[in-house]
Amino acid sequence: MSDVIYDVKDLRLSFPDMSRKPILGPAPRIEILKGLTFQIPKGEVLGIVGGSGSGKSTLGRALIRLIEPDSGQIDFEGTDITHMGEEDLRPLRRRFQMIFQDPLSSLNPRRRVGGIIAGPLRLQGLEGIDARVKEALDMVGLPRAFASRYPHELSGGQRQRVGIARAIALRPDFILADEIVSGLDVSSQAQVLNLLEDLVRELGLTLAFISHDLSVIRRLCSRILVLYQGEIVENAATADLFATPTAPYTQELLSAIPLPDPDQVWV
Amino acid sequence: MSFLSIQDLTVRLRGKTPILRRVSIDVAAGEVRALVGESGAGKSMIGKSVLGTLPQALGITGGRIILDGEDLEQLSPRARRQRIGAKVALIPQDPLTALNPSRRVGPQITNRLVDILGWSRKAAEARALELLNEVHIPDPARVMRAYPHELSGGMRQRILIASAFAAEPKLIIADEPTTALDVTVQKQILRLIAEMQQRHGTALLFVTHDLGVVSKVCQTMSVLYSGMVVEDTKVRDFFASPGHPYSAALLVATPKYTDPDGSLTPVPEAVIRAVEEEVAAFDRRQEGAA
Repeated sequence: MSDVIYDVKDLRLSFPDMSRKPILGPAPRIEILKGLTFQIPKGEVLGIVGGSGSGKSTLGRALIRLIEPDSGQIDFEGTDITHMGEEDLRPLRRRFQMIFQDPLSSLNPRRRVGGIIAGPLRLQGLEGIDARVKEALDMVGLPRAFASRYPHELSGGQRQRVGIARAIALRPDFILADEIVSGLDVSSQAQVLNLLEDLVRELGLTLAFISHDLSVIRRLCSRILVLYQGEIVENAATADLFATPTAPYTQELLSAIPLPDPDQVWV
Repeated sequence: MSFLSIQDLTVRLRGKTPILRRVSIDVAAGEVRALVGESGAGKSMIGKSVLGTLPQALGITGGRIILDGEDLEQLSPRARRQRIGAKVALIPQDPLTALNPSRRVGPQITNRLVDILGWSRKAAEARALELLNEVHIPDPARVMRAYPHELSGGMRQRILIASAFAAEPKLIIADEPTTALDVTVQKQILRLIAEMQQRHGTALLFVTHDLGVVSKVCQTMSVLYSGMVVEDTKVRDFFASPGHPYSAALLVATPKYTDPDGSLTPVPEAVIRAVEEEVAAFDRRQEGAA
């Protein structure tokens, strides 16, 4: 138990389908997650890959309990958090954090970078907030003077570093990163990935990295979950998945990636 | 002779800050040319300059755009719109915002043919059905009556491709046409664009940030940095040996799952500094000349 941070069993989640709601009575439900079972060992970097609508973001949000599953069980370090109320979750929230896809819409435009990073620290009632903010900026490679800037003054890559700083300032055990490089240019993409790699090593973080891009996942992750229409179709070590992908959907995904190579067979 | 010849095109923000710096690009009939660069490099602004859809704050302050032998600047606004409407079409990035959500798909394809090119409504509808067939849309008659939100992202992009080819333009500007799509759908759409381009012999100006996509669909390419063309080459030559340090760095920064150690390398600071210096030197020369 001690070496597993997340233990997920038969996780199911559905949303009401408002487009098919009858005039009277409840809307029919769409199953988003159809019984997922997997574990995340401590210190692992898990890649979660899938197409749009595969349920990868919903799974991530359920893991950090931004949404409540219908059934099944999520154990976080031995504690069942599946249906836990917000009061009980609050002390745990410090230990699992999230980095969002779009740093511009996930950073309050009216607050300075320092205030943004300090926000969760205040909510958790921590001491020495200023020092922690400076430390977080140092760790993500941003100058301390950035604390007094506004998000719109920063580049996309710098904003995403602020998002990372906010997440690590609480010194969490687990971070969920949802498509955090897909909006960035390739040059800043590589920088943010390198940074994340270093932080995982230095802080001993466990990371779930959601992405649609298998090339990015290969670089960062040790294990990969492939989701297709709400089900896990493959759960394999990274090297194995690329050497011998077993699920047809994984094979289809791999063969669809346009490599920067005019000689790639791509039909 | 080139079908589209952009010569020393300069675009400025409010007449001051340069957005495009003497960009020269030629596209021959039937050629597929990539415009590659990172965000802010100005690659979309080239397409917008040709189409005459630059944002209001931007204006062309120098250079010429010659379309099919005619200098666009020399034409009256009305003639210019007519020429561009008849010869150039656009495949936009986001298929949802490009379609009017409150109107059915059919009229959105046919209106261009009726309003701009003076076709009869009946002929335009027949043409639209034919095109929807060509882009492999099942049950085209039903799709013509559908609203955009009833269709998937891939279907919507197929409709915009059909719509772009509807009036048999000689040049299509595709502005990041697959960026919003899943990788499996992207593959289908890219193959469709290539298939349509070959069948119709249309020239294509393909705006993208993805060198993987470039290697699959384009023959020639222009690499932009800060509104300046830093490299103009054949796609095969580029991947064999990029001709500019910046574009070489861009290539090794591009993700490539078959080469996890040799890809996703950040563009070195020194390379950025050198290309920034090139841009600054260019601006100094321009000011000296003025």
